[in-house]
Amino acid sequence: MSHWSAQLTRRHLLQTTAVSAAAAVTGLVNAPALLRAQGSPVKLGVLHPVSGALSYSGQQGRLGATIAIEEINAAGGIKALGGAKIEAVLGDAQSTPEGGNAEVEKMNSANVAAIIGGYASSICLTASQTAARYDLPYVVDVGVADNIVTRGLKNTFRFGPGFGVIAKTALDNLVTINDQAGKPAKTAMIVHEDSLFGSGLAKLLNAQLPERDFQVLETIPHPTPTRDFNNVVLKIKAQNPDLVIPANYYNEYVLLARTMQQQRVRQKGIYSVLGGAASSYKFVKEFPEAAQYIMDCNHWFDPRNPKALALKKKVEDRGQFYTYEVFMNFSCVLLVADALERAGSAERAKIITALENSTFSGHVMPYGPTKFVNGQNQGAAPVNTQVLGNDIQVIFPQTFATAKPVFPMPRA
Amino acid sequence: MLSPVILVPAVLNGLLTGAVYGLIALGLTLIYGVLHIINFAHGALLTAAMFAAFFAHRFLGLDPYLAAIGLTPLFFALGYSLQRFVIGPTAHGEDRNILLVTLGLAVVIENALLYAFGADTRTLNLDYAFNVVDLGIAFLALPRVIGLGVVLAVALALWLILSLTDTGKAIRAVAKEKLGAELSGIDVGHIYAVTFGLGTACLAIAACLLIPTYYVNPHIGNAFVLVAFTIVVLGGMGSVTGALVGGLFIGVVESLSGLYLGESLGQIGIFVMFILVLLLRPRGLFGERA
Repeated sequence: MSHWSAQLTRRHLLQTTAVSAAAAVTGLVNAPALLRAQGSPVKLGVLHPVSGALSYSGQQGRLGATIAIEEINAAGGIKALGGAKIEAVLGDAQSTPEGGNAEVEKMNSANVAAIIGGYASSICLTASQTAARYDLPYVVDVGVADNIVTRGLKNTFRFGPGFGVIAKTALDNLVTINDQAGKPAKTAMIVHEDSLFGSGLAKLLNAQLPERDFQVLETIPHPTPTRDFNNVVLKIKAQNPDLVIPANYYNEYVLLARTMQQQRVRQKGIYSVLGGAASSYKFVKEFPEAAQYIMDCNHWFDPRNPKALALKKKVEDRGQFYTYEVFMNFSCVLLVADALERAGSAERAKIITALENSTFSGHVMPYGPTKFVNGQNQGAAPVNTQVLGNDIQVIFPQTFATAKPVFPMPRA
Repeated sequence: MLSPVILVPAVLNGLLTGAVYGLIALGLTLIYGVLHIINFAHGALLTAAMFAAFFAHRFLGLDPYLAAIGLTPLFFALGYSLQRFVIGPTAHGEDRNILLVTLGLAVVIENALLYAFGADTRTLNLDYAFNVVDLGIAFLALPRVIGLGVVLAVALALWLILSLTDTGKAIRAVAKEKLGAELSGIDVGHIYAVTFGLGTACLAIAACLLIPTYYVNPHIGNAFVLVAFTIVVLGGMGSVTGALVGGLFIGVVESLSGLYLGESLGQIGIFVMFILVLLLRPRGLFGERA
């Protein structure tokens, strides 16, 4: 039986009604359930942690994905499928891997053609594994843990860069920035959250920083959520490293930076790799003093791309912040839409083949044309940003830098 | 790692956190001392109070410290009614039933909050949340310093109520000898409910002190109430002084074990302490001999 059978059984009716009722409640999709059979829209699972500790990032990711879906539908849907509209099946991973799993099961029962999202590495890891059981294409939006794409899962694709690439770029750029400033930084402390993302990154940094002549004084793990960073900041104060390297999610990142400001702890630099808040306009707007001069190596849009700037305006006009979750998810949906166009079908196997052969370049990231090798987009790379004044500037790579790095931090 | 530069602030921070722990434990120990029941709904009621303080700010623009003035009588009334109309009548005089009823209440309250507000972790951003008091050797967060002051004031007020007012005397009489109190004409049902109300009112104040620096979600109360149980056992079941001193002590233990064992393992110290007290001094620091 095809996935798009127009046959209407009682179970099917209940299922689709429930799904679209759920979607209608969230106010994002309001097509009546019965229309699905007639116009044959393509269902796309949009999975994010929109509640729980990661809810802000999750909601931003969902925003990016839904804007992309709105734009595709407004422009006439998937042309190869007779102008079929994309219908979002929204899922809430509740900031846990188990939550993500449960949603994948639901999405599979709802007959989605593919799933995008996941956000956190731990969620992406389990959700894509579950999707693999149903040969369901899964496009990871952010999750950077390297093993997401090294498990040999045919269904899993990651559009953005993984740890390996990010850490290497981040460290190379750190060395360059430090050298240019006359090597003021020799020691570092790492503050990381204790799940897959933070721990993995901390391990990598601990292995690679000494090779580049930085001494790691201490590595401090903390759980998510943590609501008190006084002890961590006291340790930083006692050891007085040249650099503080945070690897955690938004709330904790902000709290750490604010507690450092509160306790008047000011190092030569805060340099984060995938800092949860360092490249966030929300952080810069709400706490400009705590955010000042923080450097980050993170996902960033291509500032030369008019499409990226148009999206920025659109998001800001809605009163939202243009964070990396937004443009990453926006791009992932476009990537899947392109695969659907080339596959000319909503069959899962054909979409997987189309993604494998993707050369998609209509996204808003500085990646160039897409090329997947074992599920990893080869062109994907992070950039370096710094908070300067009330804006976030790109300081590396040179090709689209908008400012020069300010390092070490000027004394207050 | 033992330099006073970090040790002194860590101990002071622990004392400040511990004060609020002490207030939560105070409510718990008061109810235990008089009703001789362990109130399992304590954590859930704290969560409810934190949500109340959160939404008072979100929708009414009330500062949490101002909200405390309204929430304290509200939660007193809530606690009074719970004991008078739910826990008391359903218990039929059996302690075992009370245990189950309060446990049931906890499940109902938590799930009602989960249903109403979802599992989201919410935080308030208050302008003064990151202001500090500069002691020279340490910077202390302003909301926590206020917290310590309020806790001490509440403890003093509670002590005055218990020792000077007629109701206070009646509460102490019921705690000491229920039958004797009843024979002297004290309405035990009413006193039970007043005590439960006082314990719940302590939670409303604690919630308002916590919300400026903490977060709230439907399960948050459990984290505090486990600590509060430890404090009550440490300080001596039913001892008001024990709850305060125990709270301050546990706060310092938590802060120091967080500092030396890492944030992820910070609470280990508390539970090691719990086991040690049970092994070495089961009646607690200020508890009366059983």
